Amino acid sequence: MRVYFDYNATTPLSPQAAEAVAAATRDLFGNASSVHYFGQQAKAAIDDARSAVASLIGADPSEVVFTSGGTESDNFAIRGAADALEPGGRRHLVASAIEHEAILNTLKALARRGWRTTLVPVDQSGIVSPGRLREAMAADTAIVSVMHANNEIGTIQPIAALAAVAHEYGALMHTDAVQSAGKIGVDVRALGVDLLSLSAHKFNGPKGAGALWIKRGTRMQPILTGGKHERNRRAGTENVPAIVGLGVASRLAAEKMDAEAVRVGALRDRLEAEILARVPGCAVNGEPGVRVPNTTNISFDHVEAESLLIALDLEAIAVSTGSACSSGTLEPSHVLRAMGLPSHRTQNSLRFSLGMFSTGAEVDRVVEVLPRLVEKLRNLTRRACR
Amino acid sequence: MSGGVDSSVAAALLAEQGHDVIGLSMQLYDQREGQASFGSCCTIDDLHDARRVAAAIDIPHYILNFERQFDEQVVSNFVSEYAAGRTPLPCAHCNSDLKFATLVERARGFGADAVATGHYARVERDAARGRYRLKRGADPSKDQSYFLFSLTQEQLARAVFPVGDRPKDAVREYARAHRLPVADKPDSQEICFIPNDDYAAFVTRRVPEAERAGVIVDERGRVLGRHEGIHRYTVGQRKGLGLSAPAPLYVLALKPAEQQVVVGPKVALERTSLTASGVNWIVERPDGPLRVQAQIRHRHRAAPATVRALEADHAEAVFDEPQMAITPGQAVVFYDGEVVVGGGWID
Repeated sequence: MRVYFDYNATTPLSPQAAEAVAAATRDLFGNASSVHYFGQQAKAAIDDARSAVASLIGADPSEVVFTSGGTESDNFAIRGAADALEPGGRRHLVASAIEHEAILNTLKALARRGWRTTLVPVDQSGIVSPGRLREAMAADTAIVSVMHANNEIGTIQPIAALAAVAHEYGALMHTDAVQSAGKIGVDVRALGVDLLSLSAHKFNGPKGAGALWIKRGTRMQPILTGGKHERNRRAGTENVPAIVGLGVASRLAAEKMDAEAVRVGALRDRLEAEILARVPGCAVNGEPGVRVPNTTNISFDHVEAESLLIALDLEAIAVSTGSACSSGTLEPSHVLRAMGLPSHRTQNSLRFSLGMFSTGAEVDRVVEVLPRLVEKLRNLTRRACR
Repeated sequence: MSGGVDSSVAAALLAEQGHDVIGLSMQLYDQREGQASFGSCCTIDDLHDARRVAAAIDIPHYILNFERQFDEQVVSNFVSEYAAGRTPLPCAHCNSDLKFATLVERARGFGADAVATGHYARVERDAARGRYRLKRGADPSKDQSYFLFSLTQEQLARAVFPVGDRPKDAVREYARAHRLPVADKPDSQEICFIPNDDYAAFVTRRVPEAERAGVIVDERGRVLGRHEGIHRYTVGQRKGLGLSAPAPLYVLALKPAEQQVVVGPKVALERTSLTASGVNWIVERPDGPLRVQAQIRHRHRAAPATVRALEADHAEAVFDEPQMAITPGQAVVFYDGEVVVGGGWID
């Protein structure tokens, strides 16, 4: 048995999505912009997927723009809104300190173009408070971006309250819902946001498709210019098979979400409880009560997460540390650092994220193997210290 | 696995022999700063090459982040040695203090019995004495035993050098025959973390106070010129002194306390003896004087000498013939034919 507990990195395709992607790849080769039959077939499939995505997040289909995924959606949200708002004199961006690199590095890029940026700190619970956001706001703040659920620790942010603060200052509110969409209920009206990013491959859809929800009436500039695709908002021939897969994944998620949240949540809770009971010197990171049901992030004292991750992989157990840089090596988590955890806890944490195909047998296997590996690595470290 | 041909072939040979092989690469410095601040070895491209090789021979591959350890064990020492007027040998420190220390410890955590590298050297077990012997690599032009003199018995017991008994040509030929993606990659040459081989600029960046001007003097103390920091010089150096003299002048010594560079004619570079510290005797410490061939730098033909172990971890070597440019900070390694007897750091 090979255990896969890294669903926050990416998920396997559901059989339904895999079938739909394969069929669309084979049958729907037409360019959705074409006038003829083949184009119309492709266009109809895209529109059907658009309805499914809109339905998943409580939106109108006309507000959904397909992108290549979460990173593009985040870039589009920040850059597109910044470009649209800059002529009005807004020159300030706000994001939380625990955002994904897709947001943080986009802010840095805009800072090089003269924008001021402010990162809102979080406390040890890993939650962004509306009070701290208020302190970060300025009269010319253009956009506030706070993720709905954090990718590393799973904490769910109080987006509606944060959006209210942003709107007091006339700023747009964006949320990166890549880690929440398809896992928990996401309703754009209830969240009160203006822009929302999601990605198909985080909920059993294919890689290469995502969406940015743009509230009707929100002024945006495109970041990809070209043809008149996606109502002039995102140029480029549509990736029809991936978009179809996103649609199927959205329908499946909407249908199964409640039951899956209970099932996966129970597995996660048992995994967490057994690890805490069997491995001395470990602690859960992030406020346990307000997390997506599939994620737990645990620090193991006196163990380098890098070593534990590799040792687990060699035992056919796939987990992750919070973030991996492009070269595939590990760095201290910026999320745990932002939470104010001491440096040893930012370097020795592992993320376990479960999903559609996770089973109790997988939990059993991890609970059986992990304590032994932690003990072995701790003994080696102790010997080296002598 | 550095992404070079030697460690790639080492891994491939072990996998071919049926060993259970895990590929490990070390990330030694922050890749995000790009190549401006660091050298050409172990870049993202090299790590990528290592990954491609691992995939080609179907072994798991992991990159270990050793930035902090590399800085503490290797780079800091390199910089402080230069600032102290010595000429360091970082590769030897990297071997004994990182690869065969931290890396071995990590590998043991993954269940590994031994760590193999692409070094051209050989380890043999002396069954009678239950001790491990270190020998030169079979290819004399590629031998790297000089950089491995400080390995302890415990480290040698866990060290495997699969290419050590092969000539370099055969290693490349093996890589080509097995279609390893790095078969025709050029050998790395300079110190891996120094960009453009400009070690003086690197030292200055790390230790700005090393940039202390001083004077260049001859053996009798007469001032011949000025310099901008003794870390820019190494014993035996002739070029770049900025002096005009009837006969070529060489750096004879660096005096950090006086910030002086001492220069003189080539003949003054010759010495017949040296002392060394931090000496490691591979198999056993000799009781009395020992006839050896002593090698004082990587590209030096080991010369006949008599070595004597002194108190603590010191040793003294007396050469039969005078040697040019015995350089403090470099290693002296004692050989008995192909066998490494021991070695230490030249005082």
